[in-house]
Amino acid sequence: MVEFKRSDGRKLDEMREIEARVNIIPNADGSAMYRSGDTIAIAAVYGPKKMHPQHQQNPAKGVLRCTYNMMSFSVSDRIKPGINRRSTEISKITEWALEPVVMLDDFPGQVVDVFIHIIQADAGTRCAGINAASMALAHAGVPMKDLVNSISVGKLDKTLVIDLTKEEEDFEEGEGPTDIPISMTKEGQVTHFQLDGKIGANQLKEVMDMAKKACDKVYGIQKEALKNSLK
Amino acid sequence: MDKVRTASEITGDVIRSYLSKGKRLDGRKPEDYRELIIEKDISKKAEGSVRVKLGKTEVLVGVKMGTSEPYPDSPKKGNLMVTAELLPLSSPRFENGPPKFPAIELGRVTDRGLRESGFLDFEKLCIKEGEKVWTVFVDIYSINDDGNLLDAANLGAIAAMRIAKMPRYDEENDKILYDELTNEGLPLNKHAPVSVTIHKVGDNFLVDPTREEEDMSDTRVTFGIMDGIISSAQKGEKSPISVEKFKEVFEMAEKIAKNLETKLEKALK
Repeated sequence: MVEFKRSDGRKLDEMREIEARVNIIPNADGSAMYRSGDTIAIAAVYGPKKMHPQHQQNPAKGVLRCTYNMMSFSVSDRIKPGINRRSTEISKITEWALEPVVMLDDFPGQVVDVFIHIIQADAGTRCAGINAASMALAHAGVPMKDLVNSISVGKLDKTLVIDLTKEEEDFEEGEGPTDIPISMTKEGQVTHFQLDGKIGANQLKEVMDMAKKACDKVYGIQKEALKNSLK
Repeated sequence: MDKVRTASEITGDVIRSYLSKGKRLDGRKPEDYRELIIEKDISKKAEGSVRVKLGKTEVLVGVKMGTSEPYPDSPKKGNLMVTAELLPLSSPRFENGPPKFPAIELGRVTDRGLRESGFLDFEKLCIKEGEKVWTVFVDIYSINDDGNLLDAANLGAIAAMRIAKMPRYDEENDKILYDELTNEGLPLNKHAPVSVTIHKVGDNFLVDPTREEEDMSDTRVTFGIMDGIISSAQKGEKSPISVEKFKEVFEMAEKIAKNLETKLEKALK
């Protein structure tokens, strides 16, 4: 079989260039920027603070509240500012991805707000958002068991590749594109999993191994950025 | 709950007593702006985009181009649409949800400053009279609110419009080819319609307040000034200003606008 060639010349298991920084928003309790190739996400954390509206308070444990959104000029065809159905879903997915590592028992009745915005989009925005949010939470000093690392694995026709770009997402040959964004902890606890496309169970097992390897790299980069902020 | 986080009374007293001696807490004079930094092309998907920092205040502004039918009363003119979002990401004071008055005002005041000055030549945005015209979308997002978002948003809008490039328009298929930007910029005047917001704190005036100073502001007037001509203004907040004082404010605004334009041009280089 001929080796599959990626349009930007990357190897099959090669992620895009990553840039990660924390402490980018002075007003926030914690903040971070995560860039993967041409996808840029920023995140800010406020809290733990008193839950408002009050009826959403949980006296037993704290609440993690995430908001994901894309800026109108982050894509070619301007999107109307404000929330839409897609961003509402990704906000919730992000919450689910992060909640398992946040020690919510430590702040009953309170809320931690996480705001994620995509400045420039070239696929993989939810993953970049989760990576930024995870760093911002750690930067804010919110009690956590671990960081969450996120990456998307793709299948182009029959070949598995890591970290799809928009151009690859629009791939139309053979079996077409399959996009599988996955988030997990360093221990390999998967906290987020989505899939769009076509793939068999056997190949999907391979996907998990690829994702784990990539997430380990993301973890290293996140940790480095957090350490650098202390220098 | 610290939702409103107004600067304390004591801070307010210090700010006012410093101002009565013509001084400010950060060493600036009342008529000084903070350092202005403009970073260009922060989003490749926009036709023009900038990050503007005024001290610790930061906004992102992007320009996107679209096409639409012209309004029936101006068949030869393109459109301008300015919106602003005060992101909860940028301050503990802002909440999610439909835009509230401050965000609406920010968008509208910025819009008028750009529109009324004649900065943008709307007729040159016409593709086919009565059928197709360009719309310039200017979208403003706050990233960190340390006061004076009004002027920061305006400076960002001017900067993003200045560096924006027109995309190619495929007339046959009525499609905008966003990946094929031309070398052509927007049809703009060479002068910039800078916004100068003058705040009244006690009996004194100042510009470019930090968050703490803005909390102490009794009232403000925002001017849009291009090449010495005042083309838009809006007084905000409740406290009155006497006729005589208002005359001083005009002079102050005119002088400061000139300096601010120089500062903007320098930051854009």
